[in-house]
Amino acid sequence: MGQITLEEVAKRFGEVEVIPPLDLTIEDGEFVVFVGPSGCGKSTLLRLIAGLEDVSGGRILIDGTDATDASPAKRGLAMVFQSYALYPHMSVRKNIAFPMRMAGLSKDEQDRRIEAAAKALNLTNYLDRRPGQLSGGQRQRVAIGRAIVREPSAFLFDEPLSNLDAALRVGMRLEISELHNRLKTTMIYVTHDQVEAMTMADKIVVLQAGRIEQVGSPLDLYLRPRNVFVAGFIGSPRMNLFSGPTAAEYGAETIGVRPEHIAISAEGGKWKGRIGVSEHLGSDSFFYVEETGLTETITVRSDGELGFRHGDTVWLTPNEERIHRFDKTGDRIA
Amino acid sequence: MARAVSRNAKIGWTIAAWSVALIIFFPILYTIITSLKTEQEAISGFNLIPSFSLSSYEAVQSQNNYWRPFSNSVVIAVGSTLLALIVAIPAAWAMAFSPTKRTKDILMWMLSTKMMPAVAVLVPIYLIFLRTGLMDTRTGLVIVLMLMNLPIVVWMLYTYFREIPGEILEAARMDGASLRDEILYVLTPMAVPGIASTLLLNIILAWNEAFWTIQLTTTNAAPLSAFIASFSSPQGLFWAKLSAASTMAIAPILILGWFSQKQLVRGLTFGAVK
Repeated sequence: MGQITLEEVAKRFGEVEVIPPLDLTIEDGEFVVFVGPSGCGKSTLLRLIAGLEDVSGGRILIDGTDATDASPAKRGLAMVFQSYALYPHMSVRKNIAFPMRMAGLSKDEQDRRIEAAAKALNLTNYLDRRPGQLSGGQRQRVAIGRAIVREPSAFLFDEPLSNLDAALRVGMRLEISELHNRLKTTMIYVTHDQVEAMTMADKIVVLQAGRIEQVGSPLDLYLRPRNVFVAGFIGSPRMNLFSGPTAAEYGAETIGVRPEHIAISAEGGKWKGRIGVSEHLGSDSFFYVEETGLTETITVRSDGELGFRHGDTVWLTPNEERIHRFDKTGDRIA
Repeated sequence: MARAVSRNAKIGWTIAAWSVALIIFFPILYTIITSLKTEQEAISGFNLIPSFSLSSYEAVQSQNNYWRPFSNSVVIAVGSTLLALIVAIPAAWAMAFSPTKRTKDILMWMLSTKMMPAVAVLVPIYLIFLRTGLMDTRTGLVIVLMLMNLPIVVWMLYTYFREIPGEILEAARMDGASLRDEILYVLTPMAVPGIASTLLLNIILAWNEAFWTIQLTTTNAAPLSAFIASFSSPQGLFWAKLSAASTMAIAPILILGWFSQKQLVRGLTFGAVK
């Protein structure tokens, strides 16, 4: 079991309110990602759930039991830190065994679980090494191994991949997703990388300045962002946002069009502009169109075979059905 | 760091370094040389070649048994250091990982007590010792030296602990470690190099401490520093004997220091380099 409920949970550091009272329910077995720009309070929220920080108000329920004042050890959660936080003076085996040793498990049971975790995480040949002798990816796997053997009711991940290089990050992302599919344990994952959020999550929680901007499935957020912030934050490259007369035309304060919902043509269309930078990835091409007189640059995503170059004059046409409209307060107009 | 250093510069610096080292070491060397002279030689003026007479050592040993003050020194230096560590490790843990607005002030205040001349508190401590029967006991000296060196021990451990990432301790907490487990199984083993150099430096400080040991002991608990002092006797100064006593007193700590140079250098530059 691993249902976590936050009721009016708030956090203040002195006079500064980092997290105004918020409510959130994380269902058993869900993979939930907290995403937001740095300083949005996502790590603090995770640490509140872990018990590493005390709440300034509200309640935290784990499987229906009030855990607000429980020590981290008593909450039955396991955490994987950004810096891995392995014990440098212990071998991999001892690192993984540590939580079981603290829980007073029998030596046989410890060995059994270590073997199983090492096998699942490809660490069998490294059990007698120290963390200092391992690569970043291996260290991360040890940290995950140390979390798995506790058989926690939920895993907490605090930006676990941000110290890895790009190729490893993609690999570990898949491993963590597979782990979730296999264990079916609740996972809460903090990241500032919206690609990680989109690819891994069952449910994404977008945070800004400690407030929840939107909660929903990745596609939900992508197709129906609740406000301008979520619209701009989710999706890569970013959604194009227009205000002023362009938006007024659609009866809105701000409108947004995703790069793939704008058609580009050399012959004619709605908005005229000139290609600034073009990026050809093979599968896709990204064009950054300038001098449209609407907004600084408009990003367009199109077919990889399209051969526009820097300086070409082009015409852009947004897909009218895919335009997102927002009112004065930034909220979505249904 | 890769910098080309010319051969001449290397030779120059080597000579300079050895000269400075020799100047610093010379008083100790001359004490050892003098201890190997007869009393006549010792007072006959500057002379670097002794007659290698061991008569002074024999005289010292027969006049005043060496082993008793030696064992006192060991008990007092090691005892006060271990006691200081037991008190200082939790204190430094609290200051390093759970600091408050006043932590820096407390550290400065603790250090400021070292700026006060020890003689200023001699009378109260002397009276306390008289009343509690601690005078001329090893227990008394262990307690006093522990208190005197505690600020330095806390400071050193604090700087070492600060280098340990807090996330590792948080990981231990998540893994179900109690505060005791956290300090015992995670913090202390990780801080072993720091604790070792603190331990060594403090043993040396306690071993060489002369003010309190001379004031608060007579015969029973007198360590080696008091043993040396006993040779600047009312019968007049006997240079060779005094040197022999000094050599015997400093030899153990000199040997200990020699074998733990690496740890000590780290200890002495604590906080300066990572």
